[in-house]
Amino acid sequence: MILPLIKGLVLTLKRFLDPRTCVTIPYPEERPKLSARFRGLPELQIGKDGREKCVACGLCAKVCPSQCIYVEGAEDETHRRYPKIYELDAFRCIFCGFCEEACPVRAIILRDTFELATYQNKEIFDKEKLLDLTKKRNLPK
Amino acid sequence: MNKELFAYLVIACVKVLLVFGTIQFMIISMIWLERKIMAHMQVRLGPMRVGPHGLLQPIADGIKLLFKEDIIPEKASKLLFVLAPAMALIPALITFAVIPFGDKVKILGYNVDLVITDINIGFLYVFAVSSLGIYGVVMAGWASNNKYSLLGGIRSSAQMISYELTLGLSLIGVVMLTESLSLVDVVNAQGKLWNIVLQPLGFFIYFTSAIAEVNRCPFDLPEAESELVAGYHTEYSSMKFAMFFMAEYANMITVSAIAVTFFLGGWQGPFLPPVVWFMLKLSGCLFFFIWIRSTFPRLRYDQLMHLGWKFLLPLSLLNILITGLIMVIKG
Repeated sequence: MILPLIKGLVLTLKRFLDPRTCVTIPYPEERPKLSARFRGLPELQIGKDGREKCVACGLCAKVCPSQCIYVEGAEDETHRRYPKIYELDAFRCIFCGFCEEACPVRAIILRDTFELATYQNKEIFDKEKLLDLTKKRNLPK
Repeated sequence: MNKELFAYLVIACVKVLLVFGTIQFMIISMIWLERKIMAHMQVRLGPMRVGPHGLLQPIADGIKLLFKEDIIPEKASKLLFVLAPAMALIPALITFAVIPFGDKVKILGYNVDLVITDINIGFLYVFAVSSLGIYGVVMAGWASNNKYSLLGGIRSSAQMISYELTLGLSLIGVVMLTESLSLVDVVNAQGKLWNIVLQPLGFFIYFTSAIAEVNRCPFDLPEAESELVAGYHTEYSSMKFAMFFMAEYANMITVSAIAVTFFLGGWQGPFLPPVVWFMLKLSGCLFFFIWIRSTFPRLRYDQLMHLGWKFLLPLSLLNILITGLIMVIKG
């Protein structure tokens, strides 16, 4: 009866004496290490020509379970399809990553953006905002 | 006024203030230390935001409690409701009157005993006074006019009365060895050998019952925070709640001080000054309290009663029997 109690006491003492076992992250000062497969906010990718990769096929909007994506496509003078309007409602998005899976040209990828607190009661990311996320990511390189 | 008498009064007052202040300081530091130590044992960080490593957390807590609204329920028994927190806190503090925290010292030509008062029935005094703490709990539960508080108070008093018995009996062995009820004599008798060596069973029983007596984890059923609302202090807010909180910590310090006095040789120890030894041992005991709290899960109520009445009580009687037998054989 006594031995398991002592075992428990030894374990807690070990944890106490070794601060490295601590799992808490003092968040704003120290950032969490996110895994490569972390699903943050979906971001529109930029192609080699400096324009959005998206071809406005609408598969992401179709597959989205929470119906947070709205796409309206158009053609430019070279008959290349591009999204005239691309809106993502961050309030409705459930970060499932189906849009990323459905996309035939890998134009939308869920990255590590997870700080989405806002003062508005509606947070719609339009095409520019979603592209800006990628542009900012490319800047330091 | 007679000069001798004046000096005696001044010394007594200074000692009382010093002990009282030290206990208050210990309570405040205990609040921080408990949260910190428990957090690190449970692989967390604990308070980090208020001051460096959350050092100012107890002050922030205190300010918060001071500014909270002091609510007295409409149908509560007002007098008892106000009296109960004081009834809980005072016994814990005045028990310290007989606990010796150092040897005789000479200050400005006066011989000063480092104990507030050495009465020849110190042992009885400790138990008479510490039992009064139950009244605060029962009164708080009853005066709130809330059935949950009442049940909490009854649970708490049932537990405290059950363990009071083993608490007293576990110390009888020490009293038999010392042949004195004075706490100063008990400490003086431990100059060569601490009583924990002679009475290991007694120490084990004492510490287990002491944890139950002050309602600490794993015997914190009266206020089991994950199961009940709060137990007997459900209706209390603001500083009245803070007083119950302080009473819990003061009780913890008191029972630790008694453990140090009876089993761990009081202020006796080599090299360091007696007061430092006393504080070191006291801190060790308090650390043990926190250590246990962060390790063990809470007992069920029937397990608690089973442990108290069917295990610890016979064991403490056995301890007295063995101690007596050995004393008779040795002459």
